[in-house]
Amino acid sequence: MEVQQLTYLFVGLSFAVYIGIAIWSRAESTNDFYVAGKGVHPIANGMATAADWMSAASFLSMAGLIAFLGKDGSVYLMGWTGGYVLLALFLAPYLRKFGKFTVPDFIGERYYSSFARKVAVLCLIFISFTYIAGQMRGVGIVFSRFLEVDINTGVIIGMGIVFFYAVLGGMKGITYTQVAQYCVLIFAYLVPAIFISILMTGNPIPQLGFGSTLVDSPVYLLDKLDQVTVDLGFNEYTQNSKSVIDVFCITAALMFGTAGLPHVIVRFFTVPTVADARKSAGYALIFIALLYTTAPAVSAFARMNLIDSIQDKEYSSAPSWFKNWEEIGLIAWKDKNSDGVIRYSSGDAVKGRPVYDTERGKSGERKLLNTPDLTNENEVYIDRDIIVLANPEIAELPGWVIALVAAGGLAAALSTAAGLLLVISSSISHDLLKKTYLPKITERQELFFARISAAVAIAIAGLFGIYPPAFVAQVVAFAFGLAAATFFPALFMGIFSKRLNKEGAIAGMLVGLIFTATYIIYFKFLYVDLNTSENWFMSISPEGIGFVGMILNFVVAILVSSATKPPPQEVLDMVEMIRKPE
Amino acid sequence: MNKESERNTSYWKTNLKIISWLMIVWFLCSFGFGIIFSDTLDQFRIGGFKLGFWFAQQGSIYIFILLVFVYVYLMNKLDKNYSETEEKD
Repeated sequence: MEVQQLTYLFVGLSFAVYIGIAIWSRAESTNDFYVAGKGVHPIANGMATAADWMSAASFLSMAGLIAFLGKDGSVYLMGWTGGYVLLALFLAPYLRKFGKFTVPDFIGERYYSSFARKVAVLCLIFISFTYIAGQMRGVGIVFSRFLEVDINTGVIIGMGIVFFYAVLGGMKGITYTQVAQYCVLIFAYLVPAIFISILMTGNPIPQLGFGSTLVDSPVYLLDKLDQVTVDLGFNEYTQNSKSVIDVFCITAALMFGTAGLPHVIVRFFTVPTVADARKSAGYALIFIALLYTTAPAVSAFARMNLIDSIQDKEYSSAPSWFKNWEEIGLIAWKDKNSDGVIRYSSGDAVKGRPVYDTERGKSGERKLLNTPDLTNENEVYIDRDIIVLANPEIAELPGWVIALVAAGGLAAALSTAAGLLLVISSSISHDLLKKTYLPKITERQELFFARISAAVAIAIAGLFGIYPPAFVAQVVAFAFGLAAATFFPALFMGIFSKRLNKEGAIAGMLVGLIFTATYIIYFKFLYVDLNTSENWFMSISPEGIGFVGMILNFVVAILVSSATKPPPQEVLDMVEMIRKPE
Repeated sequence: MNKESERNTSYWKTNLKIISWLMIVWFLCSFGFGIIFSDTLDQFRIGGFKLGFWFAQQGSIYIFILLVFVYVYLMNKLDKNYSETEEKD
């Protein structure tokens, strides 16, 4: 069978499974809809958390990013796993003991304030929609490259599937589809990685393979990669190019941001007991680590293979994946010296993202309208997002592996989108309607509103996919920075400090929010030209500023609290209750 | 009632002590070995990996998993201990 037919088969089969699960696990009550009836086994919840967490960015973009960043890419590996230790030790067990439905729920009750609850809902909606936009781009890329349908049709199909199981099954439907999606995505990630590891190093375990020697020489893969990257004028692969303080702050912002992300926290509300919540965080981390320890191996293999397969090749004999991705517009070649040979080295090939002419160039390539960047000799533009998808083709793996990766990418994007949609809809129907504006509605009505808001949120997310905002990549820093600077301190101190009061928590969240948002907007949107390390505060990039925002939040919250009245007795009793074992 | 609040306080104090030790290890293996001392550790090697690079891209993640399960184990023991003393009283 052709690759495309296989892809249709795999994607079709996986979608059929998701729909089947949705029908089987319909939600009957708000308890089912918000927290899956609190009856999810810790291992199943671990898998669901892993799928919830690992988005299109983890599956499709991360290995590509690390392939180009080398050691600097470690910030994502440590940042996006280390946060689970914080979750397991500081938040998950206590929020489970608290036993309500949403994250703003906890903030509203612990800080005895409906204003605090509204601030939390606002942050939650902003963070979650930011994230969804990224998932939709992932769905679009997979559909347009592998199924050759229009991106818009792809987004609508994806939304239809999510609509079906999220609106029908709520958290219950989402949880069990996420378990299935985890299995699909991890299988799809590991199979090509194992294949490539065997091809390049003879070792079937990628985690060991990328520390081994190459099959055809006694040289270690990473040493070869260091040498090749330096020869081509890139930064040495196993060396940092960012400053220590910046790497430190980015890692910290990602870790604390992870621990503060509402759609991740809420997964721990679904297990039966507090002990299960702790255990479940451990399982989630194992399932996540399976992908996160494989990713840097995939990166190293991909970088090596990429350089080997295009460097100094004539365009006419370039591999077919190079031309396929060029057709989609994610690879471009500007023959600067008109010799028909591909030359890949450091620096930008052209100024800005490629804009293609309708005509063909001398060697048959898609001609570019951009001005070439003549300060370097590089002739190749490669979008980093394609590395994982192109990797099996670059390594010339069989067609079914390529088809599998497409199904895995879709599973990663859809599972994360569904988890995000759920926290958005429950914060609207539960926190805004039931707890604030319409306290008189019955449970049936609340469930109805939850379904309506899920449907509306899906429609908005679909629009993001069809009309992608130009700033998707920039806003990722936003989501983590804001989660670290707003939610983490409020949740952490809500549990570990009895003295922190409403005034302190609100002041802290607002200072963290405003400081972090201003810094990121200033450098990422208003004065993009100034976004270099000389202009940054203590040479901390906008990606890492959430960590500083978090420290400010802590300081302000403690100072304001100590100058105002301590919290009332019933709140102290509540804190006492969540600290006690069951 | 007094006994109960005493027991709760001692449970919470032990919990905080466990968390503090685990957080020290957490910080050392990620921010310490993976970032601050990473370049120094790079002069040592395991197989084809420079040691600092290995901590940054592999080792820290394995230690994170270990930390969570050590916490699960210690807290389950503490919980059991707590409910046993409760029965005695």
